[in-house]
Amino acid sequence: MVMVAATTTASHLTSTFLSTPDFCGLSRSLQWPHMQRRCTRKYVPGAISASIDLKPPPYALHALEPHMSKETLEYHWGKHHRAYVDNLNKQIEGTELDGMSLESIISASYNKGDILPAFNNAAQIWNHEFFWESMKPDGGGKPTGELLELINRDFGSFEGLINKFKSAATTQFGSGWAWLVYKEHKLDVPNARNPRPSEEDNKLVVVKSPNAVNPLVWEYHPLLTLDVWEHAYYLDFENRRPDYILTFLDKLVSWETVSSRLEAAKVRVAESEKEMAEIDADEDLDTIEPEDTDMYFGSEAEDAEDFLDDE
Amino acid sequence: MSWTCSNYLCLSSSSSSSLIDSHELTLFNRCKLSSEYKELRRKDHDSLRPINTCAYLGLKPPTHKLDKGQRKKDCVLNKPKNICAYYSLRPPSYKFDALEPYMSQRTLEVHWGEHHRGYVESLNKYLEKDDILYGYTMDELIKVTYNNGNPLPEFNVAAQVWNHDFFWESMQPGGGNSPTLGLLRQIEKDFGSFSDFREEFIENALTLFGSGWVWLVLKRNEKRLAVVQTTNAITPLVWDDIPLLSLDMWEHSYYLDYKNNKAQYANVFMDHLVSWNMALARIAYAQSFVNLGEPKIPVA
Repeated sequence: MVMVAATTTASHLTSTFLSTPDFCGLSRSLQWPHMQRRCTRKYVPGAISASIDLKPPPYALHALEPHMSKETLEYHWGKHHRAYVDNLNKQIEGTELDGMSLESIISASYNKGDILPAFNNAAQIWNHEFFWESMKPDGGGKPTGELLELINRDFGSFEGLINKFKSAATTQFGSGWAWLVYKEHKLDVPNARNPRPSEEDNKLVVVKSPNAVNPLVWEYHPLLTLDVWEHAYYLDFENRRPDYILTFLDKLVSWETVSSRLEAAKVRVAESEKEMAEIDADEDLDTIEPEDTDMYFGSEAEDAEDFLDDE
Repeated sequence: MSWTCSNYLCLSSSSSSSLIDSHELTLFNRCKLSSEYKELRRKDHDSLRPINTCAYLGLKPPTHKLDKGQRKKDCVLNKPKNICAYYSLRPPSYKFDALEPYMSQRTLEVHWGEHHRGYVESLNKYLEKDDILYGYTMDELIKVTYNNGNPLPEFNVAAQVWNHDFFWESMQPGGGNSPTLGLLRQIEKDFGSFSDFREEFIENALTLFGSGWVWLVLKRNEKRLAVVQTTNAITPLVWDDIPLLSLDMWEHSYYLDYKNNKAQYANVFMDHLVSWNMALARIAYAQSFVNLGEPKIPVA
């Protein structure tokens, strides 16, 4: 996907499309073409390159006052998030990661735990975009509908979720993130599948992660996040992290976005289960013959063929 | 004497004034927590704590008579029931506004008064409950709770208490410039030149991702200086190395003054805050433990 690399200013995006749940619910790969068509961006001639963009939050930088100050957003988005984007673009220029979508860069550079240099920047970009979208002016309140049902099912009550989330965010030592994720039921072995998938097995879980790690690498479906790096709350709350967490949960969190992400996650889970079911239905996989019969049977290839023909 | 440059133990006992005759105990007067712990002591009696695991400094003989059973025991550490030793919050040796304009008073107030104090209080809470850990000195406590890389929950708080004390001592008003005498010679030997060392130190500070510390250490086994970067609460003590200087790269230590400008913070630390006198004193002390020079073989 070729994306125009342009300088985005910190101006308020008045496109109402961005704040509707439909938009937020679309998976990331679908969002970019919409952005290009609807946003007014400067076209810089000759500067087309496949790079990651700095996406502004779906509200003005002062819109979250007094719970999250404009100064915090100016630094957090305008400096930290921007620096991650610039550094990632420098890092991936000319390498094989150039041109990939952000989520592919994250999984490629996670490298099953042995992280490559691009991981920190890429994951932080994704985390921050997710974080901006998890908040809205006049947020807070309670979730509704299916999300509330699942919360009651998995945490006992809404208060149970709040307590778990608060405790995860408070106990994350050092820098990191606290998440509410939708977890598919999977067996612990990497390539094993749940033989009888059902909706009941998929759970909502609260997890915390250090530094830049996000639950995508654990194959969870994130629904909500809170940035507990100190830069996120130090200007407003100094060291009082619990106050920051409470403010986020009471006044900033956008449960509509979480609900729409939940729906999108369920769709993705259902699709992947369908794919797995199709693979299972395909019987040819069970009778793949080893290409190199000599490996097992020595040089007596005739004996090998007799052996296999018995099936 | 341990590697802790300060003696933490704050003795709170009911007849404190008569005991104060050593240097360490003068800190008792500044220890804000002592009065709080007097209350704790009265409530939760030391009869619950086994006698032989306290850090009893043997200041005065027990005021109560030993009963028959105790007299017969060989165990000398009969702790009187009204003395407890806990870790105290030691203030930096300069006033909070002494490091202005390089590190603001507000930063020190929050960093020392809230973060460091919070760590000390959490550590004391953990130690109240755990007798075995209570008996260790600070250095041993850090190594034991580090547990060779699989840290126990007390590790983070214990190490952070130590790290912050070390950090306050690594700075001074009117600091900066460059090291002198033997330390400068050693730096030039191990890094090439002072400016190479400075560059390496600052680069380590900038490339550290997340929270952590940057250290100038004397590596015990390799008998040389090195710049080391550690994450979260880890300290070179766990590898038995001897730290000489540290720089706190947790965001809380620079965010109020420099916001996201880590480069400026690191440069200002090197130019105006770092205490080379302290580093020199530490390396001089370290030479009792690590032989840095060529052995002097006497000519017969």
